[in-house]
Amino acid sequence: MDIIVCLKQVPDTEAEIRPTPDNTEINYEGIKFVINVYDEYAVEEALRIREKVGEGTVTIVTLGPERAVESIRTALAMGADKAVHLDDAAFLGGDANATARALAKAIEAMSYDIIFCGKQAIDDDLAQVGNILGEFLNLPSVTGIVKFDLSEDKKKATVQRQIEGGIEVLEVPLPAVFTATKGLNEPRYPSLPGIMKAKKKELKPVKLGDLGLNEGEVGKKGSLTQVLKYSLPPVRGAGKIVQGDTPEEKAANLAKLLREEAKVI
Amino acid sequence: MAGIWVYAEHRDGNIRKVTFEILGEAKKLAEKKGEELCAVLIGAEVEGMASKLGAYGAQKVYCVEADCLLGYTTGGFTKALCDLVQQHKPSILLFGATTNGKDLSARVAGRLGVGLATDCTGIALDDAGSLQVRRPMFAGKVYAEVAFSEATPQMASIRPNVLAAMTPDETRKPEVIKVTPDVKPEDIRIEVTDVIRTGGEKPDLTEAEIIVSGGRGMKGPENFQILEELADVLGGVVGASRAAVDAGWRPQSDQVGQSGKVVTPNLYIACGISGAIQHLAGMGTSKVIVAINKDPEAPIFKKADYGVVDDLFKVVPSLAEECKKLKSE
Ligand SMILES: Cc1cc2nc3c(=O)[nH]c(=O)nc-3n(C[C@H](O)[C@H](O)[C@H](O)COP(=O)(O)OP(=O)(O)OC[C@H]3O[C@@H](n4cnc5c(N)ncnc54)[C@H](O)[C@@H]3O)c2cc1C
Ligand SMILES: Nc1ncnc2c1ncn2[C@@H]1O[C@H](COP(=O)(O)O)[C@@H](O)[C@H]1O
Repeated sequence: MDIIVCLKQVPDTEAEIRPTPDNTEINYEGIKFVINVYDEYAVEEALRIREKVGEGTVTIVTLGPERAVESIRTALAMGADKAVHLDDAAFLGGDANATARALAKAIEAMSYDIIFCGKQAIDDDLAQVGNILGEFLNLPSVTGIVKFDLSEDKKKATVQRQIEGGIEVLEVPLPAVFTATKGLNEPRYPSLPGIMKAKKKELKPVKLGDLGLNEGEVGKKGSLTQVLKYSLPPVRGAGKIVQGDTPEEKAANLAKLLREEAKVI
Repeated sequence: MAGIWVYAEHRDGNIRKVTFEILGEAKKLAEKKGEELCAVLIGAEVEGMASKLGAYGAQKVYCVEADCLLGYTTGGFTKALCDLVQQHKPSILLFGATTNGKDLSARVAGRLGVGLATDCTGIALDDAGSLQVRRPMFAGKVYAEVAFSEATPQMASIRPNVLAAMTPDETRKPEVIKVTPDVKPEDIRIEVTDVIRTGGEKPDLTEAEIIVSGGRGMKGPENFQILEELADVLGGVVGASRAAVDAGWRPQSDQVGQSGKVVTPNLYIACGISGAIQHLAGMGTSKVIVAINKDPEAPIFKKADYGVVDDLFKVVPSLAEECKKLKSE
């Protein structure tokens, strides 16, 4: 079983995000970066499958700047076997289409039975790359899975997918692309021996030329959407603290405010 | 007459509300652009739903019907929709940013090689008549104005509960066009073997107008009963913080926040929730926010329109009583 995990490095969820003064970029100064939360579920699931099957490899594929190496190493320390880093300025700043194109080209040349992505990258919040990757590689794709079971013959997977109001159970022939969401598993922490071992694992940098793509097909130039301007969300006005001498009185006053002032009940 | 298209998602024979919301706004774009507003229904038997789309503004409704499209599959619906798009070449194609709306739109965008903006909260046309959208990024910490390349259709998915639907006019009859799609098993590839219902009859959190949410302050699963009662009085549904979900008190599908659902109800009542940044990411754009928390320093009060500093176990049952009284007046 050869499993590929597409992993993106993103700002920590606690990070304060601000545009640059001209509002055309995000100011990443001083921000802590981590593995995208959903990609952690993806790594964990890949490791569990490999452990259960008892053979095969888990390969991390990351497109990102130099700093992304740190997150790749973390995934290797969790137990992934090797990594490919799409590390070229030309790849950066792309939308889902441009990113998926580069990832697809890199993955095409590799051996895979299963490809995992996260449901969504918590920076751009696009929730697109998994399905576009599936399209480019001509593989079935299933988004937002919360359970994954490999069949006896390892030729298909039975997965559960969270939808509004329920859970969908699907049978998917492999190879296929799956995007992971919360509920799939509880990701492990890298162990100390894992961290030591990770330093010696293969981490292969890949440049634009290695993929046989040209500049106009990837990154910002290869994108079909473009951010014109960033802005901060409107600040919510200071709220009211509902007064009253007893909890019951506060409740009564709140009910009245919701009815008469806010007009929402 | 390229056309502005809205993918009409449906479940159990009902069109999902977000579809009507998009039609309302898309109508304005269509008028400005001088193009027709069309809706696309895909399924096994969908024609019965077409008139409703007309009432909400669609001038034309494509009904793509085949037995193999009875339930949603990414492959089947992508093939059906892409074929139709390639035949008629709409200029703009819009979806609800629901689970399946996001799933389908991404695969379609990949196949057509066009740009897609996810989870938009505003749609407009620029001076050249090209789609321009506004969408939250970084869990709502910033917003982006997004433009598209010339490749058409320009695509966007729209967050539920954000745009306003028009008042339906049943006398408006759409032109109904039946389409027999060319979808084969090799287009579908996967098989949906079961759908386990968990939500009952209540609307999903993402579509609910009123949400009563509980966090770690609820102290245990049994206490959510008081939230259920309040929600029933208000005609709302119950949500939860991650702490409550991870403790096993509520199902994952109830989780509001960055790693749960993003919701935009008219009223969000947070009970025993501190207001961590990841929780705020999921409900910060609710129209009215109420916080009930005994800790006056809880960060949730910075976002709340109305705050009650007190013990939720005393406030919530009284609030339910009071609301019941007011509603019966
Ligand atoms: C990557 C990542 C993703 C995350 N995603 C999410 C997410 O999607 N959703 C989410 O919610 N969180 C998420 N979190 C977790 C988040 O950081 C918080 O840990 C979580 O929201 C806390 O839940 P809580 O407010 O219920 O609990 P707490 O922070 O423990 O707050 C409990 C509150 O209850 C109050 N309280 C206690 N008893 C009473 C009483 N009797 N009456 C009134 N008030 C009372 C307390 O004063 C306190 O403010 C995420 C975290 C990370 C790192
Ligand atoms: N730059 C990237 N490098 C590797 N994987 C990525 C990258 N961008 C997105 N992905 C994968 O695609 C998923 C969805 O991302 P997005 O569509 O951008 O929200 C992520 O969770 C990752 O698994």
